[in-house]
Amino acid sequence: MKFPLSWLKYHLETDATLEEICDAMTMAGLEIEDVDNPADKFGKFTVAYVTEAVQHPDADKLRVCTVETVDGTKQIVCGAPNARTGMRAVFAPLGAYIPGLDFSLDKKPRKIRGIESHGMMCSAKELELGEDHDGIIDLDGDWPVGTPAVEALGQDDPVIDFEVTPNRPDWLGVRGIARDLAATGIGKIKLHDIESIPGTFPCPVDIKLDWDEACPVFAGRVIRGVKNVASPAWLQNALTSIGLRPINALADITNLISYDRCRPLHVYDVAKLSGPIRARRGAGEGDKFEALDGKEYTPAESMCVIADDARCLGFGGVMGGEYSGCGNDTTDVFLESAWFAPLITRATAKATGIESDAKYRFERGVDPASVVDGIEQASRLILDICGGEASEISVAGTVPTAPADIEFPLAEVKRLTGLDLPRAEIIRILSTLGFTPSGDGDVLTVGVPTWRMDCSQKADLVEEVARIHGFDKLDATSLSRPPVRRKAVATTMQIRARFARRALAGRGYGEAVTWSFCRKPEADLFGGHGDGLALENPISSELDVMRPTPLIHLLKAVQANADRGQGDSWLFEVGPAYVSDDTQGQRLVVSAVRRITSDRHWTGSREPDVFDIKADAMAALEAVGAPVGSLQIAAEAREWWHPGRSGVMRLGPKNSMAEFGEIHPRVLKSLDVDGRVLAFEIVLDAIPKPRKATGLKARSPLERADLTPVKRDFAFVIDKSVPADVLLRAAKGADKAMVSAVSIFDVYDGKGVPEGQSSLAVEVTLQPREKTLTDEEIDGICAKVVAKVNAATGGALRT
Amino acid sequence: MTDTANLDTLESDVLEQIGATTDEAGLDAVRVAAIGKKGSVSLLMRGLGKMTPKERQVMGPALNGLKTRLGDAITARKEALESAALDAALVSERVDVSLPVRPTPTGSLHPITQVMEELAVIFADMGFAVAEGTDVEDDFHNFTALNFPEGHPARDTQDTFFMKPDADGNRKVLRTHTSPVQIRTMMSEEPPIRIIAPGRVYRCDWDQTHTPMFHQVEGLVIDKETHMGHLKGTLLDFLAAFFETDKVEARFRPHHFPFTEPSAEMDVRYERVGQAVKVGSGTEWMEILGCGMVHPNVIRNCGLDPDVYQGFAFGMGVDRLAMLKYGAPDLRDFFNSDKRWLAHYGFSPLLQANMATGLS
Repeated sequence: MKFPLSWLKYHLETDATLEEICDAMTMAGLEIEDVDNPADKFGKFTVAYVTEAVQHPDADKLRVCTVETVDGTKQIVCGAPNARTGMRAVFAPLGAYIPGLDFSLDKKPRKIRGIESHGMMCSAKELELGEDHDGIIDLDGDWPVGTPAVEALGQDDPVIDFEVTPNRPDWLGVRGIARDLAATGIGKIKLHDIESIPGTFPCPVDIKLDWDEACPVFAGRVIRGVKNVASPAWLQNALTSIGLRPINALADITNLISYDRCRPLHVYDVAKLSGPIRARRGAGEGDKFEALDGKEYTPAESMCVIADDARCLGFGGVMGGEYSGCGNDTTDVFLESAWFAPLITRATAKATGIESDAKYRFERGVDPASVVDGIEQASRLILDICGGEASEISVAGTVPTAPADIEFPLAEVKRLTGLDLPRAEIIRILSTLGFTPSGDGDVLTVGVPTWRMDCSQKADLVEEVARIHGFDKLDATSLSRPPVRRKAVATTMQIRARFARRALAGRGYGEAVTWSFCRKPEADLFGGHGDGLALENPISSELDVMRPTPLIHLLKAVQANADRGQGDSWLFEVGPAYVSDDTQGQRLVVSAVRRITSDRHWTGSREPDVFDIKADAMAALEAVGAPVGSLQIAAEAREWWHPGRSGVMRLGPKNSMAEFGEIHPRVLKSLDVDGRVLAFEIVLDAIPKPRKATGLKARSPLERADLTPVKRDFAFVIDKSVPADVLLRAAKGADKAMVSAVSIFDVYDGKGVPEGQSSLAVEVTLQPREKTLTDEEIDGICAKVVAKVNAATGGALRT
Repeated sequence: MTDTANLDTLESDVLEQIGATTDEAGLDAVRVAAIGKKGSVSLLMRGLGKMTPKERQVMGPALNGLKTRLGDAITARKEALESAALDAALVSERVDVSLPVRPTPTGSLHPITQVMEELAVIFADMGFAVAEGTDVEDDFHNFTALNFPEGHPARDTQDTFFMKPDADGNRKVLRTHTSPVQIRTMMSEEPPIRIIAPGRVYRCDWDQTHTPMFHQVEGLVIDKETHMGHLKGTLLDFLAAFFETDKVEARFRPHHFPFTEPSAEMDVRYERVGQAVKVGSGTEWMEILGCGMVHPNVIRNCGLDPDVYQGFAFGMGVDRLAMLKYGAPDLRDFFNSDKRWLAHYGFSPLLQANMATGLS
């Protein structure tokens, strides 16, 4: 909402400076967005008097002027044809910035055809005050030399733009702003009683309200014999200053009142009306009409229209129709001042896409008590500017009930704000804002003004009191520390996320944060987006569903970095993956990617493989407290992984917590990612919750076997379809008390090993506990290992 | 050979031979020739038996001494030869240690993560727990319970992303703020409540300072005595801790939010120093957060009595805090995973924001 300072001062008596007014607005909650103060632009320009203008000796088109300026007498060479002795002009000193030319004058006088010029006299265009560049500004009036040019040019009216919060429609009228400012103590509201204009004849237009809910009250009056002339300069200037285009007197007057009092009005050409005026529901096709924006609309039943017997004349409170609008030849007008319900107005505007000043006000809530005042105010202006004769005012329906009184315990102010305010100050603030506090006790009964429908309870009044008294006076008080012992506040998942991040960053991965949404075909590569997770209004088609995995953006980022010439990038993200739209449908996952590229190094180049990414995945799992030792590894990763070089890590067939491996080359191709990429993804939610800490944090006693471990090597030939993991587990489980470690130190599948099988060389470590093992005992355990492995894998010792 | 003078000659001969050896084999040959079973000294010792007791008294110790001295000399020579051999071997093993090592990438944590951890630490110190919610929310938790009436213009200010409606016409939203966590917390926990809720939020907007996804942190205190002075004090304490300065100057200014009453925005005084922002000096004010006393309707919507319980809520942009504190100029860079940006604005994993070693 924009307004010029002069308009505010029409309502507010104040000596405050522009800066003080802006500060007062800010501190009362009217947030300044912009102040356009011409004085900032024209500060250096002043009125000068040309005592003599003579022909330049060496140039036909130039004159040499002797000029009285704020800095004394100056010689100025001027090319304007209208430069003459005895004129008053706008003087720009040396060094001044000329806005219309976008350059600054030299700081030293310049010689023009041999004669020094000490400054410049400006045209309207050079000051950005119009297109006139035929000559310099020739000021009317007897302005003393040195008068600021803003004043002489009538430009000394700053325009303030501020944010109107949705709860305060009354700020959409300048008078509402003045009222709040008066309460802050910066000035006094001027009275401006609204004059009641008696009608000389009954209102000839009948008003019928067929839909009370949408339009409960509608006042109208006819003014006949008007001349719809162009508005006077003051009215045109007022509208121009807030960015509105003057049209004709009738339209301009309604616009003025809309911005002055937040009271939208509408005028109809009586010659174009037939029968009574109705506010009713839209009737579809039959109501089709052309609105003032030149577009055709078909009012639905949910929309409120104003219509007569012949046609629909417009949307109530949103926009009028072209047909009944007032032109230059209009002589009799019907003036509408009604109240339209916010929700219905808003729904109509949303459905039609219409934006208008009226709609903006009605959807927020116009003062329902301003219906008659609005007509009277407009009538006065119409009679003054357009002439004519007013009818009586006809009011249909009843003004909606005023907001209810609020029982307001004075102690509420202190309870909610800590401010200890005297009773008189509370009453003063409420009264200046238009509230009517009454009562002698600790609880006031506060009447709420009709324009403050946002106030319905105690807290609303506390806000008014605190806001006007000043939030700067709130006493900043630190919260008391809780009396109980401070516990760690992070949740298990937050702790897991922290540890996973640090484990991966420590292994060389850079943490990324990527979009939660992705493109649908990308989601389809990773099992598709979950139920209910397609956006209705995506910001772009690139981001139209919720991502099933962060891998999508990480993989694309690997390519984007390569495209920027950044070579190999190792990236990870700890973030959400979306499964469904219910409260349990979001997973916290750790995803990491790196490309398979061979590094060139003098010690020999090396290419990472699936076991590198598996090691990274296991390190992250270890860091977050997953039972890494009990995890099964199976080659059963889903379809976006390389079928032969990927796996899942799980506790049981259904409890998968991670996938790792190479991404399927077809998926990479669809994402336009070159080469091969290694990745893993851990679902943090799938990791079993740690057992609840029970009291002490003391560890169990350390058991250390002092006896020397015994190592035995085996070579098993097993089918390639059997995972080595099965062999390891079998060997380890052969004698849980004795077998402390099993490792594979060679895998061979060449000559001497049957086709389709591999020879796995295994080292088994036995840890004697109480006494040294005898050869027989060792042989016994080894036999158990062989038998267990055979049973689990079908493999036998290599012979 | 019963003359000790002859023994002296023998000793000096053998010592000379030992000194002349250049390897272990040569040394061993000298040893065998001198003190081996048939060596010259051993043969002399065999002759002791045939000597008179008087002669034996002289020659016995002389020969034993000779044998010991020769043995020691051989051992010393052996060690010298071994040491020389090792020195020679080590010289041959020399490498150019100035050659570069195999490079390993340096990992980093994202500035958003860093700032969230800083927030957690600062507020944990004031007794706030960390709560979380989901990104896909229903209308009730994102709007209605927060006192955004159905169809109210205040909903327009949120640039909401909607999900496609289900078969019954219900449509979820992407949460436009972290405030739904307030509702979920108040409905599930008994006051007193002190939480912060950091997380992703979404609004349909995209330019240098707006991205369709960004991060907010919500704060909520509900008890029987916390008032707006506490809100101001808490936020000032926070800003001083976060910006690591005692000079924070903030301006508390009235505003409107449907879910707080009274509502305020807080501006901090700042000046630009290059790309970075210095908080606490200068002439400019910058809006940094929205806050207020929790609206009685919100307290009521969560099943609590606003005449008994009261408290405050605040919300601020985590990314924006990161931009201000660490001087990253363009919000869009936070989300495009440029490894140069991640390395430049990222943080070491060894850094853990805390009150003992500092925030960053």
